Amino acid sequence: MAEAVLTHPQNAEPYLFTQDELGWLPWLEPLSEPELTDRHREALVEPSRIKSPYFMLLARDSGILETRTKTDKDIFYNPDGGLPRAERELAAAATSRFNGCIFCASVHARFASTYSKRREDVQRLLEIGTTADLDERWNAIVSASIALTATPIEFGRAHIDRLRATGLDNAAIADVINSAAFFNWANRLMLSLGEPTPPNRV
Amino acid sequence: MSYPPNSDIIDRLVVIEPGSGLDRIRAGRKQARENIQKSYLALFQPRDYGQFPLFERRAVAAFIAGLHREPASAAFYVSEISSEPELADVIAREAGRGAVQGPYGRYPEGPLSTEDRPGLAYRVADEHRKLLGERLAAGLEHAHLLVFHPRDASQEALRALQKAGWSTTDIVTLSQLIAYLAFQIRVAAGLRELAASL
Repeated sequence: MAEAVLTHPQNAEPYLFTQDELGWLPWLEPLSEPELTDRHREALVEPSRIKSPYFMLLARDSGILETRTKTDKDIFYNPDGGLPRAERELAAAATSRFNGCIFCASVHARFASTYSKRREDVQRLLEIGTTADLDERWNAIVSASIALTATPIEFGRAHIDRLRATGLDNAAIADVINSAAFFNWANRLMLSLGEPTPPNRV
Repeated sequence: MSYPPNSDIIDRLVVIEPGSGLDRIRAGRKQARENIQKSYLALFQPRDYGQFPLFERRAVAAFIAGLHREPASAAFYVSEISSEPELADVIAREAGRGAVQGPYGRYPEGPLSTEDRPGLAYRVADEHRKLLGERLAAGLEHAHLLVFHPRDASQEALRALQKAGWSTTDIVTLSQLIAYLAFQIRVAAGLRELAASL
């Protein structure tokens, strides 16, 4: 029944941050594929998302799903100028580490590793936390991300000056802001609408 | 204050003039810029309000903005409920009661337990529940949870919303509204600092 809260008693939730590929189980009933209207499909944007319980749950409100998806895509995938992809993913991973979203951190740590080839540094961010010493440029990005994530917000002129001193231009600084801010959106949804599952071990 | 004709919600909160340095920086992420604005409209001027009417959405937004203690965002969202002064007063008082520091919360038991940070399990004051109604009170409590300690979110929290009358779809909308504002308030705060540094 659509109004029940879903439980997953067989699931043993991950209890460590990891770069492994985790799953995610919803706590509310997602839409089923037969229920999808053209409007839902339009809002999901990518056909592959029909297989995702997370996006099929969010599809219940198609308006905000569509605009959120397009915001996400431009912040993270727009290749024109600004911050390299690896470092946008670093900001996302650091934000997720700080908010405590094991699932979000796993995905974006993996992307940060793939694009930067600095897997050990990303792993240290996950294992040590946001105080890990990565290098000055990455430390500045992590520091700015978590300052923006704190409530009340602690991000200020000092964070901008530090980013500029490591070579980020204004467009790149705006990308740090957008990426970290966006994960404050993502973490709150993933943490409150479901739970992560361990990786499928072959 | 009068805003330039094509200014969006972020431009208004940050006070971004057309042609300014920050206007040019935002122009580099045009689709994000447009969809941040469309997201605001999708939440506050949707095609279908479901059972989550506009005044409730605005009340939750004013509460969230108050919790963040960002003056420009708070002023904007509070002004949106100023036509209901009793409600606005209760929301302001509750935001004052709830404004703590985050993120805090617990991890699943294990090595991360050393990072557990306790914090407020916020409840709307008894004397305000009647004016707000159980639906809206439960919505504010869920907003506080997500703003300050989302890692304590649980199925129990969703059951509390359902018990207060929230449908599954409206819970999705509420969650999106809270999480969007957490994003939007941060974009505005960050870009304001960037603008000031140019």
